[in-house]
Amino acid sequence: MKVLPEQKTAPFETQAPVVMDCKLDKIFYGNFMAVRDSHVPIEKNKITGFIGPSGCGKSTVLRSLNRMNDLVRGFRFEGHVHFLGQDVYGKGVDPVVVRRYIGMVFQQPNPFSMSIFDNVAFGLRLNRYKGDLGDRVKHALQGAALWDEVKDKLKVSGLSLSGGQQQRLCIARAIATEPKVLLLDEPCSALDPIATRRVEELMVELKKDYTIALVTHNMQQAIRVADTTAFFSVDISQGTRTGYLVEMGPTTQIFDSPREQMTGDYISGKFS
Amino acid sequence: MMRDLTSRTDPVPSLQRKFEGRALRSLVLTTLVWGGALLASVPLISVLYMLITRGGARLSLEVFTELPPTGFETGGGFGNAMAGTFVMVGIAAAIAVPVGIMAAIFLAELGPDSKLANATRFAAKILTGLPSILAGVFAYALVVITTGTYSAPAGGVALAVLMLPIVVLTAEESMKMVPKIMKDAAYGMGCTRTQVIWKIVLPTGMPAILTGVMLAIARAAGETAPLLFTALFSNYWLYHEGNLALMNPTASLSVLIYNFSGMPFDNQLELAWAASLVLVLIVLFVNIVSRIFGKPKF
Repeated sequence: MKVLPEQKTAPFETQAPVVMDCKLDKIFYGNFMAVRDSHVPIEKNKITGFIGPSGCGKSTVLRSLNRMNDLVRGFRFEGHVHFLGQDVYGKGVDPVVVRRYIGMVFQQPNPFSMSIFDNVAFGLRLNRYKGDLGDRVKHALQGAALWDEVKDKLKVSGLSLSGGQQQRLCIARAIATEPKVLLLDEPCSALDPIATRRVEELMVELKKDYTIALVTHNMQQAIRVADTTAFFSVDISQGTRTGYLVEMGPTTQIFDSPREQMTGDYISGKFS
Repeated sequence: MMRDLTSRTDPVPSLQRKFEGRALRSLVLTTLVWGGALLASVPLISVLYMLITRGGARLSLEVFTELPPTGFETGGGFGNAMAGTFVMVGIAAAIAVPVGIMAAIFLAELGPDSKLANATRFAAKILTGLPSILAGVFAYALVVITTGTYSAPAGGVALAVLMLPIVVLTAEESMKMVPKIMKDAAYGMGCTRTQVIWKIVLPTGMPAILTGVMLAIARAAGETAPLLFTALFSNYWLYHEGNLALMNPTASLSVLIYNFSGMPFDNQLELAWAASLVLVLIVLFVNIVSRIFGKPKF
């Protein structure tokens, strides 16, 4: 086996406290190595954007952070994900518990086929929340900038909302239980530009209270909302497609003065 | 500048409909499928017509409350047969629905590609085509011989054998229809697999599961052959002389129709028609209920 090229650039120097220190040495699906040698620290109350060409493993990385990939057969992880000092992949860690602290919003809006209220209350009931359910649901819907649109129809099906509203409902559902970190996996890719803008504004609003990791295929979106950007690319030198972190830094630096040739080529549109 | 279309030198194509070969073919095929649709509805409509005209006349409160008449008796009804059908279908549902749904959960969620799942699915598909009389033979060997008597539970077991594969296969399909992204959302919230099944998969698939259950019940209610070997028939109420005689031969609507339709007495023949109408109405009712339940709440 050939020696893999080393990561040449200096690792990203963090300024704010790191909530998740993710060292992804190798991620496998069966025999297929999807991601290698990527060290991604995620800072508190910031939006960390993951960009890169399709197939570069940015979604795989994101889904590894709350162990969603454990549901995929053949998934194997080498490295560590330190969440507030504990390794998410450590011995005796229950992935189910991990996911309660690290929430996730998916590409396709996926509300449950229940009322709007029940959708948001789902996680609270799951955690046997003892306080005033109505209060927390209202708070979460307000947090997701959806309250004014749905306050008169909380008993209506979540699936009756428009795509953008459904996605904000999913965000409300995710923040109702007040997780520490929100993982957003291309949350706007199924939305129209107006709905996208609303969700982007919401993300910026949410980072006051949450730490956010955002996968996006839209570089403009990364520029608009991400504080820090991680650029991933695909290595095809081994005959398969393995994603790896090329460079990570403040968003302005990545887009204005990338240190790597490949980053520059990607953001100027030479490949996608 | 735009050219005026009419002043162009090349000819303007006609947009008028022309009668050609493909139009004729289209007409013939349309007529054929219309005819097919009509033909398909003829049996149901004519059977309903027959049942209503010949069985409707005899319908009265009396037929629901009285016991079947013997020989040259006049009057009478099939109250005990209706009760027997309900009890046996109830027993069958009590066996087939929980077992079937549990099996479906395994097939759809726990081990969809496992050897056991493939074997179960194959067995269920074979079982749907099982001649119903064999279900009767099976229950005869399993229940009638071991208990030494024809009985309602024996009939229930035979009907359960027929219901089980329908419940398993429709419930599996219903659960597979639950979108994966919905399950992902639940896992993402921190649900265990049990919670995902219990809180998301079952409630979301429930309308479709109930439809399958209702169809299975409708099928079981109309079966005759499996009951001939297992419940036989009885001229008495299940509940008589102060105790519930479950472990005795039990009447059912379908066997009553079978028995009475071969008799040389007009009274019994009329009752057979009336019982047929009632049986069809029960099946119809169950189907309508399944449609109401089958509509997703959200």
